[in-house]
Amino acid sequence: MQVETRSEQFDRHSIIGRLLTKLHLDIPLLLGLVLISALSYLILYSAGGQDMKILNRQAVRSGIAFILMMVLAHINPYQFKRYSVLLYSIGVFLLIAVLVMGEIGKGAQRWLDLGLFRFQPSEMIKITTPMMVAWYLSIDSLPPKWKQLGGAGLLILMPTLLIAKQPDLGTALLVASSGAAAIFFAGLSWRFISVVVVTLASLTPVLWHFMRDYQRDRVLTFLNPEADPMGRGYHIIQSKIAIGSGGIYGKGWQGSTQAQLDFLPESSTDFIFAVFAEEFGLSGCLTLLVLYVAIISRCLYIAVQAQDTYTRLLAGSLGFTFFVYVFVNIGMVIGILPVVGVPLPLISYGGTSMVTLLAGFGILMSIHTHRKFLPT
Amino acid sequence: MPHSDILKDAAAENRIFASRALIAFILILALTLGLTVRLVYLQIVGHEHYATLAKNNHIKIASLPPTRGIIYDRKGRILAENIPTYSLELIPEQIRDMDDTLARLQQLLAIPDEKIEQYQKLRKREKRFTSTPLLLRMDDEEVAKFAAVRPFFPGVDIQAQLVRHYPFGLLTSHVVGFVGRINERELKTLPAAEYRSTHHVGKVGIELAYEAELHGKSGYAEIETNAQSRAISTIKTTDPIPGANLHLTLDIDLQKTAYEGLDIYNGAVVAIDIKTGGVLALASRPGFDPNPFVYGIDRKTYHELQTSEDQPMFNRALRGQYPPGSTLKPFMALAGLEYQVINANNRKFCPGYFQLPNVKHKYRDWKHGGHGTIAMNAAIVQSCDVYFYELALSLGIDNIHAFLARFGFGEKSGIDLVGEKEGLLPSKKWKRKARNQSWYPGETLITGIGQGFTQVTPLQLARATATLANKGVIVNPHLVDRLADSDDNNTAPLPQHQAIIPLQPDHVNTVIKAMIDVVHSSRGTARVISKGIDYRIAGKTGTAQVFTVKQEERYNENKIDFKLRDHALFIAFAPADDPQIAVAVIAEHGGHGGSVAAPIAGKIIRQYLGETSDASRDAQ
Repeated sequence: MQVETRSEQFDRHSIIGRLLTKLHLDIPLLLGLVLISALSYLILYSAGGQDMKILNRQAVRSGIAFILMMVLAHINPYQFKRYSVLLYSIGVFLLIAVLVMGEIGKGAQRWLDLGLFRFQPSEMIKITTPMMVAWYLSIDSLPPKWKQLGGAGLLILMPTLLIAKQPDLGTALLVASSGAAAIFFAGLSWRFISVVVVTLASLTPVLWHFMRDYQRDRVLTFLNPEADPMGRGYHIIQSKIAIGSGGIYGKGWQGSTQAQLDFLPESSTDFIFAVFAEEFGLSGCLTLLVLYVAIISRCLYIAVQAQDTYTRLLAGSLGFTFFVYVFVNIGMVIGILPVVGVPLPLISYGGTSMVTLLAGFGILMSIHTHRKFLPT
Repeated sequence: MPHSDILKDAAAENRIFASRALIAFILILALTLGLTVRLVYLQIVGHEHYATLAKNNHIKIASLPPTRGIIYDRKGRILAENIPTYSLELIPEQIRDMDDTLARLQQLLAIPDEKIEQYQKLRKREKRFTSTPLLLRMDDEEVAKFAAVRPFFPGVDIQAQLVRHYPFGLLTSHVVGFVGRINERELKTLPAAEYRSTHHVGKVGIELAYEAELHGKSGYAEIETNAQSRAISTIKTTDPIPGANLHLTLDIDLQKTAYEGLDIYNGAVVAIDIKTGGVLALASRPGFDPNPFVYGIDRKTYHELQTSEDQPMFNRALRGQYPPGSTLKPFMALAGLEYQVINANNRKFCPGYFQLPNVKHKYRDWKHGGHGTIAMNAAIVQSCDVYFYELALSLGIDNIHAFLARFGFGEKSGIDLVGEKEGLLPSKKWKRKARNQSWYPGETLITGIGQGFTQVTPLQLARATATLANKGVIVNPHLVDRLADSDDNNTAPLPQHQAIIPLQPDHVNTVIKAMIDVVHSSRGTARVISKGIDYRIAGKTGTAQVFTVKQEERYNENKIDFKLRDHALFIAFAPADDPQIAVAVIAEHGGHGGSVAAPIAGKIIRQYLGETSDASRDAQ
């Protein structure tokens, strides 16, 4: 029945419609991604000091990422489910490999040199963890039982701890939340949630004990940035000045004095939102937030429309993680969250996170466009 | 266990998931609202506060440039210094109408269009708030003119600064080199923090080779500025550390004699202190005035320098590669003795040409009719080619290569300058690799008289001569004697490591005796320089072919074009029994080594040894 209706729909569509169907692309999602990318180039040009090389490099990266997204969108989600365990195992194995023999980059072990290119296994695990958890929870009927929760918890904890040990707090947080989101969508009981919240709160001092010095500094700085204005608090103070001085309408494109005068560190990467806020003001920020929320809403819509447990949990988790990305980055830049190294998704300068994010959107598109072909 | 889909209650699952998605969506909206509230707080409520902070309370870190080290010659005479000059600088950020300001300045100070263009390029590279120079080296009149109207030019100011100056100009253009404005390529490789306030960097010569030492460490000042970016107060200053002063082994008097001695000829002269390896003179003619490069050479002059047939920018002493000609013969003779393929007393007959068995081609001697029957001494003194054809043939190319390589031919001398050439010392292996051809015996012959593939730089020739004079103790040429800080202490002597070529003393003495006879015997090719000295000079003339004479023709100097005339070469060291100085001279198209190149070396040796003997006499 349903198959027929959909094919009738296609008949009404033009050649473009057929083409897009063939390509397995989701138009609303694609539109959102393109709009955000356009904003990214605009603000990178300004924050990067009008350097076309930065833009070209970013264009090449997003080109590669878009191709990967299109390839993934083509693959039947059934295949993702089939290879979930394998991909996850490879990811965890590579994380261990990184810890054992990874290259030292920026004082943390994150990279694996594969000869041809360098590879960050923690990026791959951002996608394979929700895949694994979704696969695991879809074995049995929902909501998950206590035993399943324990298993899923272990599946999440393993990569999270491995990444936290690198140490890369930001990525560990994203991986943990992607897995947690999958459990939440599976119908985790509220009682359990409250238990976890209480436990986590009591575990904070323990966590503090295991933190590296620079991580503690970040937290302390977050709590009281003014205590060290020229040192550790510098990032946050300068970033708040940038955002605040932007006002409602901003200083105009390329008008950021904070970034242009080098007051704002990491203005092209983690702190790019401050430049955006300074140049485009509150109006620009709200536009950007609306765009992000629109993309996330589409993701959740895709999740609700999905036809089986695995794709549903995976889609929901990917969409929610995207929001965590946005929230953690903006939250840290505007000074309501501690500074952890999370880029502003699709806007910050950098290749690896771009590839992972678009890979996630490729999977979402695959889930949405392959619906009728799923074996039921 | 894996597929228990049947048991699932699909409808219940749908319900759970939909409700969870809704909760997630509400959570997302709530958190986004939180972000919005914070943004509103920062950008509306706190806007004025933060805008004031952004505008008014800049703490600027100003980089303070270090003073570049001074370069002295061996007697403490300044070869490169820093002299105070005034420049006109603009801060684009503070200028409302740049085009108007530039137009008015152009009218006031009669600035050429080219300078304005240059400035526009420079301005685009720098940040808007940095002070960028429009005019360098303003004269007093220009300073006075601008000072009178300064209030009408906000954002434009006169700055005093130190500018590099080379008092000997032309004489030191290649060896000391010069500094020039940092270009975009250099900007990427230089440490950005150190060069923030430095506008110049060494481009060639010592200035380039010792850039890191000469530059020093920049300091910085934390300056509090107001909304107009005017400095209010300096909070903290870290003084820059001036670059090291360099004391060269170069003697500017000898350098002058060398450069001016070349006279009308292009060429190079290198003189080395045999005892230390210190380079006393390293001249390449023609030179050029390095000073215009410091403050921006104009396009026309630069174009002329670049396109001139004489290639004044080309350091011939370091990078010029010439056939050594007969100056190679003493080394060949020594090789023959060391490999025991020849005895110094054995006589050979020179009919004026040499033929390989079964080959018609005649390898000719420079002397038509030949030298008759001669032994090694006469062969060197008269520079008999046939003697050395035979010697080369008995040595074989591989032995020749192995022996000459020890004297530093075919490799860089390792002097403390950038861009040295290696020359070329041919071998069978080289020819197979470079040309994919096998080696012919005829090529061994001409290698024996310093022709053919062999190419040497004047520096290599001087170094090999010094090593020969040193009886096999290898001389490593260098220019910097020591580094010193501004109070002239804390010197850093350069590391010296010496290698030795094992040579039989009587073999070396035989060759040196012949070289003495080149200068002091009645038939010697360089006898002109022997007059009026109370010590002996050992030398060897050379003539390097530029133009190949056909089999049945004779080389006639007066008949052929100047550009095709032979290069004149001369190597020498003195005093022969206690060698102090080694010299190599190459005069391009000079014709004969004896008449053109030798007198230059003679003058340098006289001057150097005259001074040292005067000094020792004074000491007594």
